[in-house]
Amino acid sequence: MTEVQATLFLAGSILMGLGALGAAVGIGTLGSKYLEGVARQPELTSMLRTQMFIVMGLVDAVPMIAVGISMYIIFAVAG
Amino acid sequence: MAQGELTASAYIKHHLQNLTFGQHPDGTWGIAHGAEQAKEMGFWAFHVDTLGFSFVLGALFLFIFAKAAKRATVDAPSGLQNFIESVIDFIDENVRGSFKGKNPMVAPLALTTFIWIILMNTMDLVPVDWLPYAAQLMGVEYLKVVPTTDPNATFGMALGIFLLILFFSVKEKGFGGFVGELTLHPFGKWMLPFNLFLEGVNLLAKPVSLALRLFGNMYAGEMIFILIALLPWYAQWALSLPWAIFHILIVLLQAFIFMTLVIVYMDMAHQKEH
Repeated sequence: MTEVQATLFLAGSILMGLGALGAAVGIGTLGSKYLEGVARQPELTSMLRTQMFIVMGLVDAVPMIAVGISMYIIFAVAG
Repeated sequence: MAQGELTASAYIKHHLQNLTFGQHPDGTWGIAHGAEQAKEMGFWAFHVDTLGFSFVLGALFLFIFAKAAKRATVDAPSGLQNFIESVIDFIDENVRGSFKGKNPMVAPLALTTFIWIILMNTMDLVPVDWLPYAAQLMGVEYLKVVPTTDPNATFGMALGIFLLILFFSVKEKGFGGFVGELTLHPFGKWMLPFNLFLEGVNLLAKPVSLALRLFGNMYAGEMIFILIALLPWYAQWALSLPWAIFHILIVLLQAFIFMTLVIVYMDMAHQKEH
């Protein structure tokens, strides 16, 4: 394994790890607010759930892009 | 199949290569026989598998929906008609909730993006080796069956949406109004370059994030399927089943998010506020 390959592996891993960190914190906060909202007004459960999924898709977007790019780096570039 | 041992890395790379048709450096047209050849073909090479699958799935969607529409009847509706009606109701509800303007094109656009993306994403649930192996038996060397794992497909769709955003913004607000919105928000006219920068980034982020979100989700999902396929045969069901079930959620969710964002962007393009 060359040094370039090793660095690329590290880069891909850090990319994915930091993305996962951000996504986890964001979605955890989102989920907790949803549960609070449902606890206050149970009749809004399905409406809030729809909105939660929409915002989750947005929060997840950049970490997902990071996952895609890091998978590409790890498997298609660094072999 | 290639001569000699098929390494894990070679297997993965083989599954990540699209069927590329383009002009070789020496001038002849043909299918690329490897990742390096495909890269040499440059920008103007076609990913035949992406084009083919997205076209076939789009045609399938149109065919099924047109068939249900032609045979629509008020008394004793068929199962297909009921299903299509519930889909249309769902889209209608979503469009009504987010789109406040007046444009007969937005709901069909939402329906098309939703169903087409669902169909394209669902191709990811077909076991990884089935279709590419069948294609290899027929002489086709590479085949990627999920069009949305090709950034070309997602960027193509996002570019179309971007052009629609621009078209409707100019149509509803006038060219001066549209440029004014870009240059005079959020600060006044004395900070015009700064405004333009902020609003420009905001405007460009829409199609780019739309395309990359869908691509990233699908690419990562397909990659994990390929990696699971590399494990021994006794680990297949234990891992690929939970992942496939989770992936069904991702498939539907990403299509829904794409559709919702399309509706929201169309709404933002139609707003004549301020």
